Amino acid sequence: MSSTATRRPPPTATRASTQVREQPAVRARRPTPYLLLLPAVAILLLGLGYPVYWQIVTSLQEYGLAQQFGQPPTFVGLENYARIFTADSLWTVVVRSIVFCLVNAFVTVALGLGFALLMRAVGRTVRITIQVSLLLAWAMPMVAAVTVWKWLFGWRTGVINWLLVRLGFDGFAGHNWLAQPLSFFFVATVIIVWMSVPFVALSVFAGLTQVPDEVLEAARLDGANGRQMLRHILLPMVRPVLSIVLLLQIIWDLRVFAQIRLLQDSGAPVSETNLLGNFIFELGIGRQDFAGAAAVSIFVLLLTIALSWPYVRSLMKEQA
Amino acid sequence: MTAVTSAPVPVAGAARPTRRRAPTAAGVRRRAVRFALGVVGISAAAVWAFPVYWMVMSAFTPAARLRSATPSSLPTSPTMHSFTAVIGGSSSPAALRMSLAVTLVTVLAVLAFAFLAALAVSRYRFSGRRSFILAVLFIQMLPAEGLFIAQYKMLSSVGLLNSVIGVSVLYTATIVPFTVWMLRGFVAGVPVELEEAAMVDGLSRSKAFLRITLPLLAPGLVASGVYAFLQAWNEFTVALVTLPAESAQTLSLWLRSFLAASANRGVDWSQVMAASALLAVPVIVFFLIVQNRMASGLVSGAVKG
Repeated sequence: MSSTATRRPPPTATRASTQVREQPAVRARRPTPYLLLLPAVAILLLGLGYPVYWQIVTSLQEYGLAQQFGQPPTFVGLENYARIFTADSLWTVVVRSIVFCLVNAFVTVALGLGFALLMRAVGRTVRITIQVSLLLAWAMPMVAAVTVWKWLFGWRTGVINWLLVRLGFDGFAGHNWLAQPLSFFFVATVIIVWMSVPFVALSVFAGLTQVPDEVLEAARLDGANGRQMLRHILLPMVRPVLSIVLLLQIIWDLRVFAQIRLLQDSGAPVSETNLLGNFIFELGIGRQDFAGAAAVSIFVLLLTIALSWPYVRSLMKEQA
Repeated sequence: MTAVTSAPVPVAGAARPTRRRAPTAAGVRRRAVRFALGVVGISAAAVWAFPVYWMVMSAFTPAARLRSATPSSLPTSPTMHSFTAVIGGSSSPAALRMSLAVTLVTVLAVLAFAFLAALAVSRYRFSGRRSFILAVLFIQMLPAEGLFIAQYKMLSSVGLLNSVIGVSVLYTATIVPFTVWMLRGFVAGVPVELEEAAMVDGLSRSKAFLRITLPLLAPGLVASGVYAFLQAWNEFTVALVTLPAESAQTLSLWLRSFLAASANRGVDWSQVMAASALLAVPVIVFFLIVQNRMASGLVSGAVKG
């Protein structure tokens, strides 16, 4: 690989610096950039590309117990999709996942926006206190966070039950939050929102700091009150950030798997608390229905790509 | 608007004479609002930090005290007993070794692969560059939950379930895309002219790269490395699927089974919290180093509009 001379400019060229910035390098037909990409592309093909390919193929095949024991799989077209997508059990899970995802995403963004506005309104000391506690919550590893919350919501010695009883809600003495699907999802929402708000709050706050003080000062001199400034200046100016974090949050909350799985460990009704990821896990690892699991996985991947489209486009715009 | 209401706001550079004036009604109200917001802010911060505080506090509290009906909010008679019990436990050293091995292999592979790819996309124009970036951005969004069945089958068919190398390959593939995106910005930030100037001064290309460009990229490499560390260290889903054997557990899986095992004989929450703290503390430390970079990387396009 002779990379020595690849990017050396022609000796006579006296380039203006702007030209350099737009063209960081010679439009080379040389192999160097491809060689540099090779390891990354290879690992992506191996770790993600092949699994995607396998899923597409498997989702079109009969892959039952006989195939587990070495019989060659037979091509069955879209039969697996038909089988899975006509079953009520899948649609229950899909609807549940979408509702859960939207509730979590909107609550997270609303609270995050609240935190961001609060950080802007308060003094330095309070702001730094808020930032530190948000960072602590953000930094908690997911498994550790779920474990701690499980204890906070614990039915016997949990702080939350204790607090509720102290506040006069005697019904919560020994209340098991994880036994009923609805309160199970409430706990899951609390955990996920707690973990996700810091990212939203700090991103939106970064967006808010871009609003020039002069603009707000001018508005104030013109007689705008706090609410008017919020509605007509601050919110419109952070709208791009808000829509991006909302989109990311929707994409991330649609894939919630681990938190649910960990909460289910405490004896929750599994089939009534499964989300899409858990459904795939149970279908594939649990019941060894790899063809069905592959079909649902492809559905999830397509959904993710469709949802990611606006986000990726906004990043590409910046990249130019 | 009269000057009275706008007076409390300091106007930078304005040649307004600063006079002390008697507190007006509006000024008092503004101060009251500010105070109230401060109280709200501190309470919100306390609520958000409480789980982390509670984890650390409980880890230092004797288990017997945690079982009492009234939780105490301060560590009375703190003890290291839970920590020593957890560290001395039979399963934790193996899990720690596994986590360290997987994380180390992943971080090194991610850094090498992503760095080379970032060089390619930010220093060269070539056909396929745009598609590569587009692919990277989409791949970064793909959920593990949509792939883990196939990854499980892939590793089991080549006998790499429960192995460091198998799970590291999957982690590397998952983490490389975002790291390429992150490093791309750093590489683009180092002007090519610097390197060229060093070459004009007589350094060879590789020496110019090592002495000029690489040191300037160090912060980016550190940030990317820490990002990869956090991802690999915290990962749960893929590990759950591809490391089913108890002997091959990473710390995340170990913490889960630690709680499950403890549940059989009445959960020792003090030890469980100590175990959680052991998993969390390195992460929190590293996280504080890079959080700025991560937040700005994810939404940089949006903030600029």
